[in-house]
Amino acid sequence: MEIPYTVQNRPDTGLYNAKLGIWLFLASEVMLFGGLFSAYVLLRVGAEPGMWPHGWLNVTLGTINTLLLALSAITTLLAWAACKVRDFTKFKIFHACTILLALTFLGIKSYEYHDKLIHYEIKLNNGTFADGHLVEKSKDFDLAKKTGTVTLHGRIVTDEKDLMDLRSPEAKAAKLGEVTVAATDIKSMGNYGPRHNTFTAIYFTLTGLHALHILGGTIVIFYMWAFGGSMWKTDPERFTNRIEVSGLFWHFVDLVWIFLFPVLYLT
Amino acid sequence: MSESEKPVSLQSYFRLCGVVFFVVLCTTSAMIATSFAHIGDGWTLKVALILAIAVVNAFLVAGFLMHLLSEKKLIFTVLIFTVFFFAGLMGLTMWAMSDFPTGTAIH
Amino acid sequence: METTVQQFPPFREPQPHHAHGDHHEPNFCSKYIFSTDHKTIGIQYGFTSLCFLLFGFFLMLLMRWQIAHPGVPVPLLGPLLEKVLGQPAAGGIISPELYNSFGAMHGTIMVFLGVVPLAFAAFGNYVVPLMIGAPDMCFPRVNMASFHAYFLGGVVMVVSFFIPGGAAQAGWTSYSPLATTIPTNGQAFWLFGMVLLITSSLLGAVNFIATIIQLRAPGMTWMRLPWFVWAQFVTAFILLLAFPPLEAAGVLQLMDNLAGTSFFLPTGLAVGGQLVDRSGGGSPLLWQHLFWFLGHPEVYVLILPAMGIVVEVIANNTRKPIWGYKSLVYSVLGVGFLSFIVWAHHMYLTGMGQKIATFFQATTMIISIPSVIILTCMFLSLWGGSIRINTPMLFALGFLPMFGIGGLTGLPLGLAACDLLLHDTYYIIAHFHYVVAPGTIFALFAGVYFWFPKMTGRKMNEFWGRVHFWCSLAFMNIVFMPMFLQGIKGMLRRMSNGGELYSVAKVPGVIDALPGNIIQLNGVILWAAVCLGIAQIPFIINLFWSINHGEKVGTNPWHATTLDWQTPTPPPHGNFTEEQVVDRGPYEYSVPGAAEDFTPQGGPAKNPTAPAHH
Repeated sequence: MEIPYTVQNRPDTGLYNAKLGIWLFLASEVMLFGGLFSAYVLLRVGAEPGMWPHGWLNVTLGTINTLLLALSAITTLLAWAACKVRDFTKFKIFHACTILLALTFLGIKSYEYHDKLIHYEIKLNNGTFADGHLVEKSKDFDLAKKTGTVTLHGRIVTDEKDLMDLRSPEAKAAKLGEVTVAATDIKSMGNYGPRHNTFTAIYFTLTGLHALHILGGTIVIFYMWAFGGSMWKTDPERFTNRIEVSGLFWHFVDLVWIFLFPVLYLT
Repeated sequence: MSESEKPVSLQSYFRLCGVVFFVVLCTTSAMIATSFAHIGDGWTLKVALILAIAVVNAFLVAGFLMHLLSEKKLIFTVLIFTVFFFAGLMGLTMWAMSDFPTGTAIH
Repeated sequence: METTVQQFPPFREPQPHHAHGDHHEPNFCSKYIFSTDHKTIGIQYGFTSLCFLLFGFFLMLLMRWQIAHPGVPVPLLGPLLEKVLGQPAAGGIISPELYNSFGAMHGTIMVFLGVVPLAFAAFGNYVVPLMIGAPDMCFPRVNMASFHAYFLGGVVMVVSFFIPGGAAQAGWTSYSPLATTIPTNGQAFWLFGMVLLITSSLLGAVNFIATIIQLRAPGMTWMRLPWFVWAQFVTAFILLLAFPPLEAAGVLQLMDNLAGTSFFLPTGLAVGGQLVDRSGGGSPLLWQHLFWFLGHPEVYVLILPAMGIVVEVIANNTRKPIWGYKSLVYSVLGVGFLSFIVWAHHMYLTGMGQKIATFFQATTMIISIPSVIILTCMFLSLWGGSIRINTPMLFALGFLPMFGIGGLTGLPLGLAACDLLLHDTYYIIAHFHYVVAPGTIFALFAGVYFWFPKMTGRKMNEFWGRVHFWCSLAFMNIVFMPMFLQGIKGMLRRMSNGGELYSVAKVPGVIDALPGNIIQLNGVILWAAVCLGIAQIPFIINLFWSINHGEKVGTNPWHATTLDWQTPTPPPHGNFTEEQVVDRGPYEYSVPGAAEDFTPQGGPAKNPTAPAHH
């Protein structure tokens, strides 16, 4: 006996098996990202007043990424529609766009991550903080041996709270310049990676997991774009269903970003 | 057939996509504008507004791009129920973290 | 507009008119290790999980030795332990750290590698497609992936015993900050193993739900499903929606352990008198919420498939329909839904406010109602039945009072005021072990004896089955009943010296020091546990011996009505040679006017004899 409803819809549910399967999987993904979002909410609400960062992320890049993903969602839908009207060439064009848009998104994300990883906060022995992007470390710079100097493009502040809200008028008015610090003056030094504070921790985790999903989705779509020709010739209906199912996953990944972007970048 | 409605042609999908993308542009701009505007004291009202706009955006993507609105009503109802269920659970967790005896700390 | 669609060549050659022959005999690897057949996968899960149950049992025996005889070298196995584990087992004595790792791994292995895979994945995979008249699960390759993820997760967990620092030591609950500050990589292994196990469960859950919704045979309406299928359906939904938050929490704790984040570490944390070099700002309570959000629904995952088995066995051995089928269905749906909103009753002692504690107390009390309804329906099903006593029925009958004790002892724990005194004592251990050990595991034994003839065509030996039952029943009770007393007297759990430090002998003047007779119970429990282990030997021998030497039986030796018994034995690839059509309910036993005392639920579509049974 063959497994029924792999391609045809079951009459009472109106679904074929894979479509039900992907919706169920997406329900579990909602709970996964929901768990992480609830962690974000609780960490933010529980943070010391004035110690939760605002404006640490570049809104322009985030907006570009949002529009890239929205556009890729559109091209995904159009790729599936092209399959439904049996136009394989248009399908190829649309999904090629999807893949390119996805790769651009990942490129911008990598740039943003890199930006955070070269942004340092240095606690000085006199209680002040040097904060900025790394320009250069002197050749003999060694934090443990206390030799050398490090140069940042940024500023020095007296209170760590001043570094938190980059949207405040004070932060906007602050002048950034070249700041050189000797290793002997440094108490501790760290970049804006995950361990810096709970905001960067949840930011990297949320966007990192999301980026892994984008990568996974891109690989699957690429695989079907590159090697789908043989199934298209023998069973176009089944191939169209695969495009629909992977498209549903892709739209979900876009949905997560629709909430990630405002929560992390705009609030 | 794996969909309950036959697509008339690729053209009708182009129209749909154009409309959806335009609305997405608008909602995104609205969220950014709200974020930078001077609304209320602190962040709570802003966050609520921005999230409300995000929900509209999400509804568009789920409804039209994932063609949830053209699936059988039962599936749509089940998913909407899940959304409210999840919101309830979030609320419950937040209540649990915020309700503690007076004089004790929470962290 | 549509071009005619060619059917994609099916992945199995359809054989509509004759039995499935061996047209392309797969090699050993693809038949037994990389099989996509749900029956093979079910047996793979079953065998692996039974091995893990045995392993978890041995860990428990080692722990019970240490509790009863703190600081005394383990007899016989001491030198072996020292050789294998090194310093933590120096001199054959179980050190406190080793005890803690045994405790954490016993819990993890029994729950996630033993009971859930056996109850949900093994029995579910084998029986559910047969019961609904389907040729296989909806996604056979996803099924195979699910088993291999489980297997890999198990490997990771076992390997963690041998890494420097040893296995996880922070309990199966892995509370932060302890889980992050313990100087062993075992915690990271535990988290990684959990991620693999959760992935396996999620894939399985998607498969089960899709199969039950999409692949029911014609005529198999929702209200004609055997209740075992309903139970598995709700269990799958619980797994699907409750596991991901734990996966999220696991990722966060992994980041804490490996990337230096502070998701669950509060500001100002000090370890060994030194402030830790972390940013702080995190919340240990957040871990607890995320963990118990899964942790509570998880216990319903442990019990619901077992209840399903008991219902099937009772209906079959009373020769009458199960009492209150509709109540059972609505109750299991109710339990599934409510199980998501009771979790904080594990957290009454975390300094929760009164309002929120009252909320969770109320929902916890409410969830006992559908559970009691289910148990009541099982009891009432016995009334007026033609009760047949055989090994599966003995285990199913044994389940009833044992689960009753376990469930009733849960009530004082659900009430916040009592729980303040009983939390983290041996009372809790007794409560949950009663529900899972003489509860779920008895039901699983019933399932093994019941479905063994369908898998092999032979019955397991009845005499040794009864020996297995009576000995297990007796010793389970001797092991766990004293623990209620110990808990009420205030003996705390997870103490590697068995409470010796708080005993009257050690600290005579202290109020509520543990009296000597309470401490002595540890010795009784140890012997009962050893005897319980010995009582499993007949079962293990019986299981393997009966495969080739058991009493040969036909395709339906129990004269059961459900579709799983209407297949050949063992069911071939594709299960049914023809599409099955269902025309009645699942428990049509002793129908007045019928030729026999049971009427199969369905049969091949073209079978002209089926309607004659009306």
